[in-house]
Amino acid sequence: MLLKESILRLDATAIDYIIIALYFVFVLGIGYVARRAVSSSLDFFLSGRSLPAWVTGLAFISANLGAIEIMGMSANGAQYGIPTVHYFWIGAVPAMLFLGVVMMPFYYGSKVRSVPEFMLRRFGKPAHLVNAVSFALAQVLIAGVNLFLLATIVNVLLGWPIWVSVIVAAAIVLSYITLGGLSAAIYNEVLQFFVIVAALLPLTLVGLHKVGGWQGLVDKVSGSPGGSEQMSAWPGNALSGFHNNFLSVIGIVFGLGFVLSFGYWTTNFTEVQRALASKNMSAARRTPIIGSFPKMFIPFIVIIPGIIAAVVVPELAQFKATGSGQVDYNDALLLLMRDLLPNGMLGLAITGLLASFMAGMAANLSSFNTVMSYDIIERYVIKDRPDDFYLRTGRWVTVAGTLIAIGTAAIASGYSNLMDYLQQLFSFFNAPLFATFILGMFWKRMTAAAGWIGLVSGTATAILVFVLSENGVINLPGQGASFVGAGAAFVVDILISVVVSTMTRPKEESELVGLVYSLTPKEQRTEVAVAGDGGWYRKPVLLAGISLALTIVLNIIFA
Amino acid sequence: MADKKKAGAFDIRVVIALLIGIYGVVLTILGIVEKQSEVDKAAGININLWGGIGMLVFTALFVLWARLRPIAVPVEEDATEQ
Repeated sequence: MLLKESILRLDATAIDYIIIALYFVFVLGIGYVARRAVSSSLDFFLSGRSLPAWVTGLAFISANLGAIEIMGMSANGAQYGIPTVHYFWIGAVPAMLFLGVVMMPFYYGSKVRSVPEFMLRRFGKPAHLVNAVSFALAQVLIAGVNLFLLATIVNVLLGWPIWVSVIVAAAIVLSYITLGGLSAAIYNEVLQFFVIVAALLPLTLVGLHKVGGWQGLVDKVSGSPGGSEQMSAWPGNALSGFHNNFLSVIGIVFGLGFVLSFGYWTTNFTEVQRALASKNMSAARRTPIIGSFPKMFIPFIVIIPGIIAAVVVPELAQFKATGSGQVDYNDALLLLMRDLLPNGMLGLAITGLLASFMAGMAANLSSFNTVMSYDIIERYVIKDRPDDFYLRTGRWVTVAGTLIAIGTAAIASGYSNLMDYLQQLFSFFNAPLFATFILGMFWKRMTAAAGWIGLVSGTATAILVFVLSENGVINLPGQGASFVGAGAAFVVDILISVVVSTMTRPKEESELVGLVYSLTPKEQRTEVAVAGDGGWYRKPVLLAGISLALTIVLNIIFA
Repeated sequence: MADKKKAGAFDIRVVIALLIGIYGVVLTILGIVEKQSEVDKAAGININLWGGIGMLVFTALFVLWARLRPIAVPVEEDATEQ
């Protein structure tokens, strides 16, 4: 760690600290202002369902634009090159569009306050409890990862001791969420989005100029140990871990594109919560669709700098060639900042990273407190209290969640590639969840028992594949094991759910209105025309079509 | 309902424009007084200057947007306001 410090320590001066401090003044200011809008638990947990679509849309992707995304994806960029774009163009955009077009009408239309609550109404208590508890657990784990990364970055860049940065960061996040609830988190996510772009776009442009433009980058990477296949997206063998080109494409499209990403984007309450905070059905549906536009361009300011770092930073180029050295891929972005940015822009770049890590953690905590308060405490522990009791509970749960995150930060430190670690978590919780949701939304015969049994057996399958691959029984490098685990979990969940459904009694059809496709009248699934929602650019399905077409074009350009 | 109206009166676009605008001014000034060694570090681009100018342009656009399309107070709240 000491050696690493001397290499990565950034030469921050007073002006950089002023730029960083200014951001935090704004963050806390937003928390304070948002507080005035909180008068009920719905205001605190769902922003009173009042936000415009562009705000929730940007928050939707910002909530995911945390430490794992920024550092992990630039690390993947440095290691694998352009194929990393699959995490965005295959692994995010299609699922976000599916959420907006197909699933959001059920989430928003049924007026549930959380994804587990949808589970409760569709499948009853056992499935609800499984979902709520596993989600809450995953959120504090990931909040811990974000917190740990934040602290190491501050430690490495500025030389603060790890425990000081952990406590300072936790205190800042805690204060604005307990003050302003989800509104504070969402407004800060929107602000964070622009600060991250302002930080990473100049870095990318300077880096590209340094290597002699796009063609210069292609030449340099082709001449490096990565080789020219790192500059084209398909078939992405190194990323998927399959040697066979055909299997690799199948693995990416179905493993990453279908099971992992649909599971994550469509059932993860951290994301869906942002859409539930929007002001009407049309805005809720547009939330992930609007988010998909910036999402498809984020790789250019995250992955490209990683690729550049691997060819222009001597220490990282040496690591890529020899596999040893004092730095690793996770340092890619930091090394590039160190080498290219003058004071001023450097301060802004550090601000962007800190913003991203804190907002990632804030997103985890703001969904954690909602599920803990509405789904676990209100439902099972302390029932039937007045609303302000649950508002206070939400604030205290946030405090508790922050403390647990400080503890789980230690778990995250044991893994070298954070993306691998998180993919494992997602395949545990999200792939079977998606199977259960999608079956439950479109098959009215699916029973309550099938809901929780399918979910548990799917999750167990994912864990089994994880254990087998850890022990070397299944040998797939890269993300292959996650793809297989998620795929197996999905298939097992569907099979078990179908079998159990045929043996148990279905719910009354009257209880499933608004929850199952065939039993929900069309009016309830589509948006009512509201003043101010006119114009072709406010039509969810049309917007989704444009987004999909753009993504396909990008895939063709970088194929 | 009165509380929600307050939330509506708070325009995040102005806040974003203000922060990015301050950054733009600071970076532009830094860029003007930049030493050659710093410019060389960034591959010969005065990134503070250009970044600063870019942010000021962004700020102008956001302020313009907020001016042209102010937050509309929903119709049903108008009655309580008057």
